[in-house]
Amino acid sequence: MGKMIINGKECEFTNEANILEVIRKNGFNVPTFCYRPDLKDAFGACRMCVVEIEGRGIQSSCTMPPQDGLVIYTNSAKVRRIRKTVLELLLANHDRECTTCDKSGSCELQKYAEEYGIKDVTKYVQRKEMRPIDDSSPSIVRDVNKCILCGACVRACNQYHGLQVLGFANRGANTVVQPMAGRALATSECVYCGQCVAVCPTGALTIKLQVDDVWKELNNPNKKVVVQFAPSVRVAIGEMFGLEPGVNSTKKINAALKAIGFDLVFDTNFSADLTIMEEATEFIGRIKNGGKLPLFTSCCPGWVRYLETEYPEMLDHLSTCKSPQGMMGAIIKKFVPEYYPEITNENIVSVSIMPCTAKKAEAIRKEFRREDGTYEIDYVLTTQELGRLIKSAGVDFNALEPINADSPFGKYSGAATIFGVSGGVAEAAARTAYQMVTGEELKDFVITPMRGTNLVKTVELDLKGTKIKVKIVNTLKEAEKCIEEIKAGKADYQLLEVMACPGGCINGGGQPQSCDDLSIREKRAEGLYEDDATDEWRKSHENPEIKELYEKHLEKPGSHLSHELLHTTYSDKWKKLYKNVGND
Amino acid sequence: MTTERQSQINFHKIDEIMASYEYKKSNLIAILQQVQELYTYLPEDAMTFIGTKIEGLSPATVYGVATFYAQFSLEPKGKYKIKVCDGTACHVRGSMSVLNAVKTKLGLGEKRMTTEDGMFSLEIVSCLGACGLAPVVVINDKVYPQMTSDAIGIIIDTIIKEESN
Repeated sequence: MGKMIINGKECEFTNEANILEVIRKNGFNVPTFCYRPDLKDAFGACRMCVVEIEGRGIQSSCTMPPQDGLVIYTNSAKVRRIRKTVLELLLANHDRECTTCDKSGSCELQKYAEEYGIKDVTKYVQRKEMRPIDDSSPSIVRDVNKCILCGACVRACNQYHGLQVLGFANRGANTVVQPMAGRALATSECVYCGQCVAVCPTGALTIKLQVDDVWKELNNPNKKVVVQFAPSVRVAIGEMFGLEPGVNSTKKINAALKAIGFDLVFDTNFSADLTIMEEATEFIGRIKNGGKLPLFTSCCPGWVRYLETEYPEMLDHLSTCKSPQGMMGAIIKKFVPEYYPEITNENIVSVSIMPCTAKKAEAIRKEFRREDGTYEIDYVLTTQELGRLIKSAGVDFNALEPINADSPFGKYSGAATIFGVSGGVAEAAARTAYQMVTGEELKDFVITPMRGTNLVKTVELDLKGTKIKVKIVNTLKEAEKCIEEIKAGKADYQLLEVMACPGGCINGGGQPQSCDDLSIREKRAEGLYEDDATDEWRKSHENPEIKELYEKHLEKPGSHLSHELLHTTYSDKWKKLYKNVGND
Repeated sequence: MTTERQSQINFHKIDEIMASYEYKKSNLIAILQQVQELYTYLPEDAMTFIGTKIEGLSPATVYGVATFYAQFSLEPKGKYKIKVCDGTACHVRGSMSVLNAVKTKLGLGEKRMTTEDGMFSLEIVSCLGACGLAPVVVINDKVYPQMTSDAIGIIIDTIIKEESN
């Protein structure tokens, strides 16, 4: 508690971690590259947030704790001069091919260079050597020529996942941020979650785009392009068109996709309901038959890859259910040709739109390859790419008439839509598992303790005598703690829900950039809970299209055909990465 | 000292080294020094192994430490480790011409600091604390004072001759 004078204004502070937070709360802004409110251990790398403090000289505001009586100037001539020099030095060492850069338009370096009127950087020694771009990974492109060494990606990977895939290497002018020994991302232990991309202020880390590939298919008259989109996309895409975070754009997305030229629009929420049917059945089966517990949810491809590389010995805990994207892919390629005569196995193209960069890698898992060599999902676009697609199609998003998704495979329950937020899968599963175990409908199906932004939540459920404990975590660092708990025999829960991204898919690596405002992910979560609250059906087993699918085709959850289509297998990926390490 | 190659990394031995330092992150530099002692350099697989075994580290962070400090080498050192001092005193007394003589003689350059036959490796060090003898070269702990480009050539020739006998 105390007061500071910022630019002549008396400002109170309470428990802010640093004076930068106080400055921003009081209506002033200070530019930053490396500072992200969610990342702990701000270390003042970029020097953009410097301010002048009476009696203390120039200080980086992100590393300085608030103190009573400080007199701060955020925009003095000296401060501006320093920031300008920082920008000029960064730009002199930067690959300034802005127009062809994926980050153009949303790049913070570009933005501040413009704001500070940087016109000439040639007085400094220019970058000479261009280093190769790493596009080995299916999800993330790494271009060190655009890196300003702010270290946000390094901190994100460490803080969220403890993985530290990226690290600083070498020293001085030769410093680079890279995976172990300059390996390609695809041969590192990266899980492709994209949180490094989400915090990168420049084009050094970007999403691997597939927009042009999808355009090619859309423009091909011999192809029928079928699309699905994930729960969290609907509450974030509006941000790219001036809408508030959390506004539910489901029906606008349906309309936009049709306007762009997709032949059929389905909802991944439908297959989220399907996932619940299969996963709840698997869970109850494991409880009854003494199967491996706790059961791990398998919707998050970052989490799945993490287990496969870091803890392959724990894979038998992982649900065999494909993720909703994977299930929808299988359903599309199997059943759409049956329902729509103009679509055949030969002309169908399956596209999915996800909040997630890791979904791109999931789609090309060898387990999802079909006999004819194609994949169940042909292309995966992120929410950001959907925004680009809509913009480049010249579609006025806000003027679109809302329409429904195609049916069947387009209807969903409220249980499905909350898949996009940490705790949602567990809540959805509880609603259906209760019915499956007791034969009765769960009355209080809004399970508040499963909601909220905590990284760890533990909830006990009573399925009329069958007591179940559920643990919900987000970030892989928390997940790792659970694994150690289980290994030590200290885990007393039967279900573990894991989402790799902090907050869940609403904050996925493919969502519109939001790392400077923590309220955005909360609003997106509220948007999904609001969607749930207003849906006609609230439980997966109530979805009439799900009932129909089982009646007509799959027979029952866990049936032979269900297993063939909707379940998958996993494999040890550590050995593939570092085959010699640890073996004498 | 035994020289082992990447293909023959003894992970058991590296594990023993880490155990002797209680698998502590804060002991990383000491661990790397010991591993370098064993192999004359830090093999990539050894760094990966250390990064995976020690809590709070990753292969990339171990690599970061290894490439930050000049004392660590990522390529195998030669049987004869030539250290040319380029501290202030040695520098003004002509250490650069000695250094260049070694480079020319052994065909070493910017990136490559170890001869292909693994016989010699070259290192530039900042100060050996023998400024009175400048310029100084040390080969496998033996000090050669007041070097010239001719003298270092003769010394290397002598070593090659001894080795070929």
